[in-house]
Amino acid sequence: MIALKLNGLEVQTEKGWTLLDTARFFGLEIPTLCHMDGLTPWGGCRLCVVEIGEGPRAKLVSSCTYPVEEGLVVHTDTKRVIAARRMMIELMLSTAPMSKEIQDLASRFGVTRQRFPPRNEECVYCGRCIRMCDEQMDARAIGFQYRGYKKKIGTPFDIRSEECRLCGACMYVCPACAARCGGPNADTDICNACLQVEPTCLEKYGELTCWMYDAGRCGTCVQEKKS
Amino acid sequence: MKAPVKLKTVKALEQAVEAQKKLRQADKKPVLTVSAGTCGQARGALKVVEALQTALKKAKLDKKVKIRVTGCHGFCEAEPNVLVHPHDLFYQKVDPANADTIVLETLKKNRTIKALLYKDPVTGKTAPREKAIPFYKKQRRVVLGDNALIDPTQIDDYLAIGGYGALAKVLGKMTPEAVIAEVKTAGLRGRGGAGFPTGVKWEMARSQKGTPKYIICNADEGDPGAYMDRSLLEGNPHRVLEGMLIGGFAIGACEGIIFVRDEYPLAVKHVSLAVEELRKRGLLGSDILGTGFSFDIRIVKGAGAFVCGEETALIASIEGLVGEPRQRPPFPAEKGLNGKPTVINNVETWGNVPLILGKGGAWYAKIGTEKSKGTKIFSLVGKINNTGLVEVPMGTTLREIIFDIGGGIPGGRKFKAVQTGGPSGGCLPTSKLDLPIDYESLTAASAIMGSGGMIVMDDKTCMVDIAKYFLNFLRDESCGKCVSCREGTQRMYEIVTRISEGKGKVGDIELLEELAAAVKDASMCNLGITAANPILSTLRYFKREYEAHIKEKRCPAGVCKSLIRFTVLPDKCTGCLACKRACPNDCIHGTLREVHNIDQEKCIKCGACYEACRFEAVEAQRDEAIVILEGVK
Ligand SMILES: Cc1cc2nc3c(=O)[nH]c(=O)nc-3n(C[C@H](O)[C@H](O)[C@H](O)COP(=O)(O)O)c2cc1C
Ligand code: SF4
Ligand code: SF4
Ligand code: SF4
Ligand code: SF4
Ligand code: SF4
Ligand code: FES
Ligand code: FES
Repeated sequence: MIALKLNGLEVQTEKGWTLLDTARFFGLEIPTLCHMDGLTPWGGCRLCVVEIGEGPRAKLVSSCTYPVEEGLVVHTDTKRVIAARRMMIELMLSTAPMSKEIQDLASRFGVTRQRFPPRNEECVYCGRCIRMCDEQMDARAIGFQYRGYKKKIGTPFDIRSEECRLCGACMYVCPACAARCGGPNADTDICNACLQVEPTCLEKYGELTCWMYDAGRCGTCVQEKKS
Repeated sequence: MKAPVKLKTVKALEQAVEAQKKLRQADKKPVLTVSAGTCGQARGALKVVEALQTALKKAKLDKKVKIRVTGCHGFCEAEPNVLVHPHDLFYQKVDPANADTIVLETLKKNRTIKALLYKDPVTGKTAPREKAIPFYKKQRRVVLGDNALIDPTQIDDYLAIGGYGALAKVLGKMTPEAVIAEVKTAGLRGRGGAGFPTGVKWEMARSQKGTPKYIICNADEGDPGAYMDRSLLEGNPHRVLEGMLIGGFAIGACEGIIFVRDEYPLAVKHVSLAVEELRKRGLLGSDILGTGFSFDIRIVKGAGAFVCGEETALIASIEGLVGEPRQRPPFPAEKGLNGKPTVINNVETWGNVPLILGKGGAWYAKIGTEKSKGTKIFSLVGKINNTGLVEVPMGTTLREIIFDIGGGIPGGRKFKAVQTGGPSGGCLPTSKLDLPIDYESLTAASAIMGSGGMIVMDDKTCMVDIAKYFLNFLRDESCGKCVSCREGTQRMYEIVTRISEGKGKVGDIELLEELAAAVKDASMCNLGITAANPILSTLRYFKREYEAHIKEKRCPAGVCKSLIRFTVLPDKCTGCLACKRACPNDCIHGTLREVHNIDQEKCIKCGACYEACRFEAVEAQRDEAIVILEGVK
């Protein structure tokens, strides 16, 4: 057993668990994108960041990859965390504005602006397809190519892979493949069809404090987000 | 040559060291030392060696004078240089044609050749001795200094200066715990960037249960403009290997790996030779010197991606996987190469180890500041008179490095900023010149120590352009895993680019600040965590320059091409023709002693004329036409 402090509470967790496992076990919801149950954690989307440590040494880490440590102090929803998550969403939104999963995230986290020129790509480089193909389908037909801003997904030599068995698993897990719903603002970068509210406690305490978690969902405390 | 004897006991090693030391003391032959690292060779050092050999033969001195071909002496400006012993002379920028004169005048007649002496670019004074040259005077070359004393291909040369004495002491008299304690007393911190206490890292690895254990020497050195690791590995490979042997013993490792970039062929050659030599002498292999300590070293060549210098990416690439950083913890000291405890240290860190064990941790801890001990090697490049490798105690101020050692800014121009820490370092302005530099002070000033790159900029440098340059490097070199780093560096680059093109918008600075904070906070490895430094530091110290680009559509330094037009000021132009010669596009008209003129239609805004004019007669003007056009849109 490993003891750590999660949002102010002493909790017991298991050796070998990640911070994400622990938070989920205690019913806390942390948004994830590149993480998927059944695939190895990778840590690419940075949506699941949480704040660890205290004072000037406090820092953000991806909870899906960070192993639990005795005595660690963890906060899952501080102002700094929310700001980083929102920026990650805004960045992914500008890469692939047509993705439903990312539009939904934008709505949930109150991302109402999109300040970067959209690129309209069909991929956010979460690597889910690659790990799915490798780890579950045992095919290793696709992989990343290049690095940095030139990164892309492809087959070796960009020709149809002999290894691919056309199972479709890669497309099934892809967050960018499902087109967005076409809600009220279907022609804009951000459709903002869904919940567009902000819990009041974030402004006031610098941290989401909703004891029922699923912060802001109940709607009793929320205010209209000023866009 | 007779086959080298395999050393079988610690005593035998001690005796070998003593024997070589004595041999060198007894040798009264004059020595000509030629610096021939990659740098010196590029400037023809090997031709100089050849010419000296021929000249000595001609003068029938070839049996009486020794030529020692060494690694780099750090003073790039003076390459190739020749040290004459025992005359204690420093001849700079030697040409093969000078060889006869050196032999006939200096060696035969004991005369100094004035033309080959170092001349101060400002005062014009010559300095015969290395120690009298300002570049060397304020340095403390405890790590790099030995480069000038040894031929890196000869292990005996290293023994002759007491090399492997520290190893003999460690294997003969010390326990691994005592070695670690000594390194901790010394307060040595990693020279690869983050400054993690080396002793603590070693202890962590030693206390791990997993076996086997490994150590790695990080010689990836991917920062543009940094070359201290190359110089040390090339010029004194045994120093690094001795450090690794000591480290391997302290940690209980069985194998060491040197990860060196493929672009360093001379370093690879010299280290490979040195490893071979160690095996022959019985200093690598099983049961070294009969102490029961078994250790071997192998060399792995890296393909040169910047991110592969990050320790977890480096380990992945040794394992044959994609060179991509992973989550730490677990740290390599717990789970590194093949999942086993692994200590990874920088070349310079390893190079400090023999010094600490040789002279004692307490001696070492006297050099430097309270929290940063020892010396640090910086590569001083850019707009500076004395380009080169500078080794100074921690806590030396930027002013001492740039003005006393570096000799200030060439062409009488003004200092504007210095960029420390490589591509993801920060730019520090004049107001920070008196900052005593160590790990903490640099971080507090929005820069980093990094591996010790130092790029000096003069007043013709545009800080927006500089930020753009480094971001371009980083967006290319990011491994692309993290959204924050991949998209963040790309978007910051786009914003800075549009600012430099005069298309910046009100609100861009705030967006940059917000984005930079998220990139720094959310990224996984230190590349992303520090990637915002070029932006954060230039915004902190040079915000006005950004504002000028955005609001006034003006580049105050006259660098950003879309915002300038080059014109000749008639009252300043002397008609010297320099600009005309420099122009690659033939767009300058004018004859000798007449005012010159630039054909704006043809001008490609390369700035060559602006650089070339010594009379400040070429002006980089705000281009009115561009501003007006933008206004109309
Ligand atoms: C992007 C990146 C590049 C790096 N490149 C190097 C390098 O070229 N050489 C090096 O010694 N350390 C480099 N490092 C630091 C290493 O990760 C590691 O901290 C270091 O080798 C540890 O050795 P030290 O404790 O002796 O400094 C780099 C780190 C990052 C994040
Ligand atoms: S369809 Fe092909 S590429 Fe996609 S998961 Fe299946 S095997 Fe892999
Ligand atoms: S194709 Fe889809 S699943 Fe694969 S990396 Fe891109 S967004 Fe992720
Ligand atoms: S911070 Fe950048 S370089 Fe480091 S792992 Fe993330 S994407 Fe790769
Ligand atoms: S270099 Fe300067 S002084 Fe000489 S001709 Fe050109 S503008 Fe005139
Ligand atoms: S900026 Fe370049 S192209 Fe234009 S006049 Fe000067 S040297 Fe010629
Ligand atoms: S879910 Fe953790 S980084 Fe993507
Ligand atoms: S003198 Fe060797 S690098 Fe310049």
